[in-house]
Amino acid sequence: MATQAHGEETGGLVFHPMDQFIVKPLFGDGPIHWYTPTNVTLWLMLAVLVIWLLFVAGTSGRALIPTRIQSMAELTYGMVHKMVEDVTGKDGLKYFPYVFTLFCFILFANLLGLLPKSFSTTSHIAVTAVLALAVFLGVTILGFIKNGAHFLELFWVKSAPLALRPVLAIIELISYFVRPVSHSIRLAGNVMAGHAVIKVFAAFAAIAAIAPISILAIVGMYGLEVLVAVIQAYVFTILTCVYLKDALHPAH
Amino acid sequence: MENVATYAELGKYLGAGLACIGMAGAAMGVGNVAGNYLSGALRNPSAAASQTATLFIGMAFAEALGIFSFLVALLLLFAA
Repeated sequence: MATQAHGEETGGLVFHPMDQFIVKPLFGDGPIHWYTPTNVTLWLMLAVLVIWLLFVAGTSGRALIPTRIQSMAELTYGMVHKMVEDVTGKDGLKYFPYVFTLFCFILFANLLGLLPKSFSTTSHIAVTAVLALAVFLGVTILGFIKNGAHFLELFWVKSAPLALRPVLAIIELISYFVRPVSHSIRLAGNVMAGHAVIKVFAAFAAIAAIAPISILAIVGMYGLEVLVAVIQAYVFTILTCVYLKDALHPAH
Repeated sequence: MENVATYAELGKYLGAGLACIGMAGAAMGVGNVAGNYLSGALRNPSAAASQTATLFIGMAFAEALGIFSFLVALLLLFAA
């Protein structure tokens, strides 16, 4: 219980809610190079392993009456498929495999990060920024390939009065380039904030007088975090679909 | 010289605290989105299911700005 409050000598309650996000090498304490296996690589690989277990090993039976694991995989597949079809349209289904990969990876990285003693990889902006930049670059290149110069009509709002259009074009341009920033920081910020809040409550559990309240608060926050983990994976994928729709049909 | 460092430290913490005021705006924004969705959904429940995606997109956009203020606070505390 007193593991969090290791600052008794100063008299105050000192706790470090952000210490859980420190990247450490798995073996030894050496410096971290790009090839060093760290706790991030371990938990990213575990996310891939769990996805493999659910979607490859779980559905390998191909039963007509699905087992529980198979029906979980089928429901997830169906949900994302419907989302791509609803938001992007029929011609967006070509890009469904990538969107589904994103959804599963973020979902399981988030959920595995909620296990006690685990490491939440999606709390690092470095991880989410790569995912968001891949979407941003892919969608921009796709827009230019599919529409050529007509893709720039995304910034030239035809429905607005002519005098307003240059101003709107600047605003649209800025909001277009802020997309990868907000896309990545939304996921990382949500996951990081939730985990830090749980750690702060865990530090308060060291004080006997308020321990019951803070333990109840941890239980409540944990439930909320499970919800946030799923919703943020959903939001990340649905925004990918929205950006994809903009790239395929820039003139609305 | 010590005073300068102390004041810089003080400013960092004050700034991080002030940045958190921005979360009030995000709270109002998200509440507005959810509240309006609910009142619309209660008036016309048959159209509600088709609009949940829009609800989540709206919430995500409103929430992102609150996350930005959280990010400013974090940057002040750990990166400045």
